[in-house]
Amino acid sequence: MSNILNVSPSPHQQSAETTRKLMLGVVIALAPALAASVWYFGLGAIIVTLVSVVSCVAVEYLIQKFILKTKPSVSDGSAIVTGLLLAFNVPSNLPVHIIIIGAIVSIGVAKMTFGGLGNNPFNPALVGRVFLLISFPVQMTSWPVPSGFNTGYTDAVTGATPLAIMSEGIKNGEAVSALMEKIPSHMQLFYGYMGGSMGEIAAVALILGGLYMIWRKIITWHIPVTILLTVAVFTGILWAVDPTKYADPLFHLLTGGIMLGAIFMATDYVTSPMTAKGMIIYGIGIGVITVLIRTWGAYPEGVSFAILIMNSFVPLLNMYIKPKRFGKEVKHG
Amino acid sequence: MSSTVLLTIAMLSALGLLAAIILYFVAQKFRVVEDPRIDTVTEALPGANCGGCGYTGCRAFAETLVKSTSFEGLNCPVGGAETMGKVAVILDRQPVAVEPKVAVVRCNGTPDNATRTSYYDGAVSCRVAHSLYGGQTGCQYGCLGCGDCVAACKFDAMYMDPVTQLPVILDEKCVACGACVKACPRSIIELRKRNKKDRKIYVSCVNRDKGGPARKACKVACIGCGKCMKVCPYEAITMENNLAFIDSFKCRLCRKCEPECPTGAILEIGFPVKEAKPAEPADAAVN
Amino acid sequence: MLKTFPKGGIHPPENKLTADRPIVILPVPSQVTVPVSQHIGAPAVPVVEKGAAVKAGQLIAQAKGFVSTNIHSPVSGKVNKIDTVVDTTGYKQTAVVIDAEGDEWVETIDRSAALVKEITLSREQIIERCQQCGLVGMGGATFPTHIKLTVPAGKKCDMLIINGVECEPYLTSDHRLMLEKGAEVLTGVSIIMKALGVENAVIGIEANKPDAISQLTELAKDFKGITVQPLKVKYPQGGEKQLIKACTGREVPSGGLPVDVGVVVQNVGTSFAVYEAVQKNKPLFERVVTVTGKSVKNPGNFMVRVGTPVTALIEAAGGMPDDTGKVVNGGPMMGKALAITDVPVTKGTSGIIMFPADASKRAEVMPCIRCGKCSSACAMGLEPWLISVLGQKAMYEKAEQEKITDCMECGACAYTCPAKRPLLDYIRLGKATVIRMARERVTK
Repeated sequence: MSNILNVSPSPHQQSAETTRKLMLGVVIALAPALAASVWYFGLGAIIVTLVSVVSCVAVEYLIQKFILKTKPSVSDGSAIVTGLLLAFNVPSNLPVHIIIIGAIVSIGVAKMTFGGLGNNPFNPALVGRVFLLISFPVQMTSWPVPSGFNTGYTDAVTGATPLAIMSEGIKNGEAVSALMEKIPSHMQLFYGYMGGSMGEIAAVALILGGLYMIWRKIITWHIPVTILLTVAVFTGILWAVDPTKYADPLFHLLTGGIMLGAIFMATDYVTSPMTAKGMIIYGIGIGVITVLIRTWGAYPEGVSFAILIMNSFVPLLNMYIKPKRFGKEVKHG
Repeated sequence: MSSTVLLTIAMLSALGLLAAIILYFVAQKFRVVEDPRIDTVTEALPGANCGGCGYTGCRAFAETLVKSTSFEGLNCPVGGAETMGKVAVILDRQPVAVEPKVAVVRCNGTPDNATRTSYYDGAVSCRVAHSLYGGQTGCQYGCLGCGDCVAACKFDAMYMDPVTQLPVILDEKCVACGACVKACPRSIIELRKRNKKDRKIYVSCVNRDKGGPARKACKVACIGCGKCMKVCPYEAITMENNLAFIDSFKCRLCRKCEPECPTGAILEIGFPVKEAKPAEPADAAVN
Repeated sequence: MLKTFPKGGIHPPENKLTADRPIVILPVPSQVTVPVSQHIGAPAVPVVEKGAAVKAGQLIAQAKGFVSTNIHSPVSGKVNKIDTVVDTTGYKQTAVVIDAEGDEWVETIDRSAALVKEITLSREQIIERCQQCGLVGMGGATFPTHIKLTVPAGKKCDMLIINGVECEPYLTSDHRLMLEKGAEVLTGVSIIMKALGVENAVIGIEANKPDAISQLTELAKDFKGITVQPLKVKYPQGGEKQLIKACTGREVPSGGLPVDVGVVVQNVGTSFAVYEAVQKNKPLFERVVTVTGKSVKNPGNFMVRVGTPVTALIEAAGGMPDDTGKVVNGGPMMGKALAITDVPVTKGTSGIIMFPADASKRAEVMPCIRCGKCSSACAMGLEPWLISVLGQKAMYEKAEQEKITDCMECGACAYTCPAKRPLLDYIRLGKATVIRMARERVTK
């Protein structure tokens, strides 16, 4: 019996699920949406995605190697996911240097300063996106028009997003029904035929990815479903009150970043609550804030802000929303 | 344009003034009357909040000091006589002389000396390993090597030696706060009297088994033979549970016991003959 | 209709490699080492001297106090020595070492295999017999059976639940017992029912043992008040509180005992031991142990004497495979890893599992990503990520508020964690300290 045995406390088995596999699962779930944006926006989408992913991974590696002097942990795949999501949240004609700045803010500021994976209070990709939106408002809101696969990049033909058209039009006193004429049909919106950030347009591809993640048990249904339901109910009420001033719920669900936000951004493990009840509160919060910003805010789109605002409530939700304990309390002394 | 600037300045000034007035009254209302000497004493203390004095931080210790009538039993191990002297001046009391101490790791169970009989693969924590089983070697008293003591040290005075898999104490940085002593689930670390030039003689073993099993588990274990006790002229060595113990306050560093030990469990450190490798228990033991 | 508990749970690979291997009676070893503490509670006190001749079934260590059990000699022979040995926990304790000669049993034991169905003993006599025969819970917790059978004054018990779940992967000893000794087990159940004074007993069996379910359902027709309840496969269904919830819908309160909701739970193995003790007057000195592992040559279920070295069991299963990196005493989820295999089998040893090297090392620990999978896996509704950190950082008051003491250490959290964090290691540490603190508070 020459074997020197390993000894550890129980359990002596671990599931096959690892952080790396979960991240890979998210990447797979993002693939259909990526394919859709390459289909609609062409080469620009590929360049933006590559630059974003490579610079996110590089920033994380360099910070860990040279500033923190710890063992680089880029192999966990979280930087790749952040890079993909950052790319999904910017227009496909964004110049390379702006994307790199976005990556530095996402990983460097929003993630590594808080201690890296697992410790960031805000979704890194969204922090990057919002930083860019505020710093480079022109570049960040000149949306290329989908035109089938093409080789244009920063010189792509641009136009407004359906939400911007709607928001602008309502402010100018135009009726919703008239504005609807100017934007693609609901079916086209569902397939993603509209201007917008490169990854947010194709609702069908995003839903496909979401279903995959739920099937793989990477996420639960709670967050995406509550967000979408809240948006639908809230805008539905507004629409019922005055259909000339407010767009219909389906329009709200299919446009802007709501699908991407609800399925991929809000469900980020680190910055979302851990209990089902907490997730539902969080989802309702995001839905309500999104509609508030869209309807009465200065920006035509509010998902990013809504998620970041609700991110800040997550520690509170984790602290006070507890899972139901087994067995009721008894006094024992 | 200039009116906007002026208006802004006026508004902010008014707000500031209002806040200042509110704060002043709040501060008056909720003022806590406290002995002002507590603050002075706190400032004189090192401010490490290490708990080495036995209180939950420097301020708590300062409160105790101010309330006390004598300094008997009260000592800041970090600041030592110098700090206590300052505090004594502030409070106008007599300082009590306390021998400076240093932490010593009483285990020499390197992989060479104590053969590994299993590999610990649980959470890297001595407390977890200790509650799980006897440890990686045949010795159920020795160092577990997970470094709870190093994690507890607030003065950067310890590190884990990757070769010996034992903690090493840097004498010059150790302030004898006792955090490592508390952290060690096996009570291996002891606070001993700090001698001149950091010289020490101690039994580097805490195995309380009988000679045979102890020796089987570790080559340099104390086997409880008692030879050192017989040779000690100062009655500094006692035997209990098959284990020799040298009282550092009675020991006069005469070096008579070390050659007597058949297993090399007694270590001499910092003495001229073996000064080639200072403060390295493992190396000293190989000789 | 398959029942189960509602909250949490995981589905580890079952790996029941030995489910179709009949129980093999292992020959009496040449020497046995019988530790005096094989149960929860005070260690027993040896009552034999060195050199004394003993018979199998003879009392060799007397229970000390109420929460303790008698220890009997598992073989006939001579007491070689009474010494301290390393037991399965890795620490040293007192044990009686006996050299075996022949296999002579104490005369009062009925060694025939004939089934004795009629229960002649009274309620008190049954409990007394269990106490004398040194019975403990055979599911792994090894709590003295006679205490569990004594319903505390002021409490009422109306139902007995028999744990035939065996939700731990790999283990099959209870499964084989139900198949091969079904009638004996059911008689044992009837005896326990009589001792508790209850009319109903439910045997909970997971659906991955359909042969045991049909066999016991068939046999139970001849026994009054015993029904078999098939259960969905889900770990930790064998946990007392989970099993009660699954079978009856009753929820044992936090910090309470099953008897608080009128239920007592006993293991299948214990029921068999009760049968043997009460009907055959045979003390507990042998048990069924599953010896298994993916690369083990001849895995199987063995009936062995207590005190047999684990090495002898491993030899019986074809020897330890060369690639073995870890040997676990008990199931893979809650069992204890052995540092050395030269330790004796005790009353609580339900299995010996040999893991090949690639499955015996824990994966690299990564940072917590707050996925919440541990919370959803926890059958007690706790937040393992939180209480683990509280245990690690020694924040015991907070840990107590977060119900760290409700943790039953099933390991579902650490199993499911994608970051492979040692959650349970620190929870266990914190729980032990919190329980100690609570006890000190009571005594103060």
